[in-house]
Amino acid sequence: MTDASSRTPHAEESLTVQAEQAIIEPPTGEVVMTLRDVAVSFAGKTAVRDVSFDVAAGEVTALIGPSGSGKTTLLRALNRMHDTVRSASVTGSVHLGDLDVYGPDTDATLLRSRVGMVFQRPNPFPTMSIYDNAVSGLRFNGVRKKSLLDEAAESSLIAAALWDSVKDRLKAHGRTLSGGEQQRLCIARALAVEPEVLLMDEPTSALDPIATKRIEELVGELKNRVTIVIVTHNMQQAMRVSDRCAFLLMGDDKAGELIEFGPTSKLFSEPTDPRTLDYVNGRFG
Amino acid sequence: MTSLLETPADPAVERRQAVQAAANSSLGRRKLASKVTLGVCWLFLFIAVVPLVAVIAYVIAKGLPAWNADFFTQSTKPEGYSPSGVWNAIVGTAVITLIATVVAIPVGLLCGLFLAESEDRAAAVLRFTADVMTGIPSIIVGIFGYIAIVRNFGGYSGFAGAFAIGFIMLPVIIRAGETAFRGVPNSLNEAALALGARRSTVARKVVVPTALPGVITGVLLAVARGLGETAPLLLTIFGNQYLQWNPSKPMEALPILIYNYSSQPYADLIQVAWGAALLLMAVVLVLSIGSRLVAAYLRKERR
Repeated sequence: MTDASSRTPHAEESLTVQAEQAIIEPPTGEVVMTLRDVAVSFAGKTAVRDVSFDVAAGEVTALIGPSGSGKTTLLRALNRMHDTVRSASVTGSVHLGDLDVYGPDTDATLLRSRVGMVFQRPNPFPTMSIYDNAVSGLRFNGVRKKSLLDEAAESSLIAAALWDSVKDRLKAHGRTLSGGEQQRLCIARALAVEPEVLLMDEPTSALDPIATKRIEELVGELKNRVTIVIVTHNMQQAMRVSDRCAFLLMGDDKAGELIEFGPTSKLFSEPTDPRTLDYVNGRFG
Repeated sequence: MTSLLETPADPAVERRQAVQAAANSSLGRRKLASKVTLGVCWLFLFIAVVPLVAVIAYVIAKGLPAWNADFFTQSTKPEGYSPSGVWNAIVGTAVITLIATVVAIPVGLLCGLFLAESEDRAAAVLRFTADVMTGIPSIIVGIFGYIAIVRNFGGYSGFAGAFAIGFIMLPVIIRAGETAFRGVPNSLNEAALALGARRSTVARKVVVPTALPGVITGVLLAVARGLGETAPLLLTIFGNQYLQWNPSKPMEALPILIYNYSSQPYADLIQVAWGAALLLMAVVLVLSIGSRLVAAYLRKERR
């Protein structure tokens, strides 16, 4: 953080230059997360900047764009995963409801129990059983009550469409599941904490088409339970699962920036920015 | 295919022909070089393994005749007296190694965890310190134990020996721990952090359990290392021909017994030294092989 802070003025400067270019159509309903002029840099080098949009409650918001456009970097800024990287610095503001995510009094670990995350590759804990994996988040946060753990395990595994196939072998190791099942276990694990927002970082990139389809169906079903922000490099997937899309693109200085934000249907049928049109029509990326 | 190859105008085809011709003409030479290299590898493997096998075979042949019930139950006696055994040395080695291990494991593993999780200057200093500790000749550790413990805390004792042995074991455990903890995939760290776990919780519930096979291997190897050290004990425990359970008193130990008795001009004492050598070697081998088996078993459990 130390050496990055001296470069911060540079990042802010470029923000003001670029800020007018993004085309933003804000959601009308209830908003859970707001991003304003969010920029992330590593050791002074800006990876993504100039991102401002609102995440609507109960919706799936997709971050799309070609490789290097900063989708994952932006996503990881929303639950402060960049805190673990010494050289990383996040500027601008992110709010979860009234909570200033990067506020001086905000505890990152408490925030992360409200904003869950599913990663590119299934990463169940190898030393834990299916049951222990599902309730690991509760245990990490100090929940000891058996009845509460049991309820959370069942509810989250049902929500992740995994309960029927694992209810008779909850004590088996997580690694005995197939790749797609492991990813659903990771989704269950994230859901068990009952987060308000679930961040999904290309959750199907390591899965076969059938497992991918099941995860996509799951994303649609989970909307009633949790607000989802999903990163995907697959435009068809974004079209299938998301209500709203943020299109990011790498600028001339290799930093990702927001080009357009709006309802998925509009972004894919009649985008305002010609670059969005080119991308959704598969002309590049 | 052949017609393609024979088209002379295409430079790509000419290059292909040149490459294939060179490959064909050098094939014999390359096969020979491969065989020679492999032969040299086998030869050096043989050179490395022969002394090990010879030592093991020789110690078994010389030491096994010393093994009987008295050998394991009686304390050492002067030459010509029987029944003589090494029970006092077994007790001394066990007590000293146990104390050294019990102290070195928590200190070493916590240091290892710190090295694996932290990247600040303190970690660099600690890592350098551990490396230097590994390199210190063991006789100097013995002298240090003599100056620091024996001279200041009531003379030769098992505790002084345990201090010196723990000093030898500590860097081994630190580095083995660091390696094991670093081997835990970062994706598991991130998964736990994303669920709202604190770093201490991540370390306790994810990093340590996941690294356990490596940790156990490292600790057992460190114990094996500590068991065989002689020089640090020479100047710290003094040796004791009587049975002594109290680590605040001078104790006997297997390496000390081997050192002292093997240089005696009495056949029965030399015989006892051979028996003790076989015992020490067997314990170290069992620990080394056992550590691998335990680690392999734990890893298999998780698949």
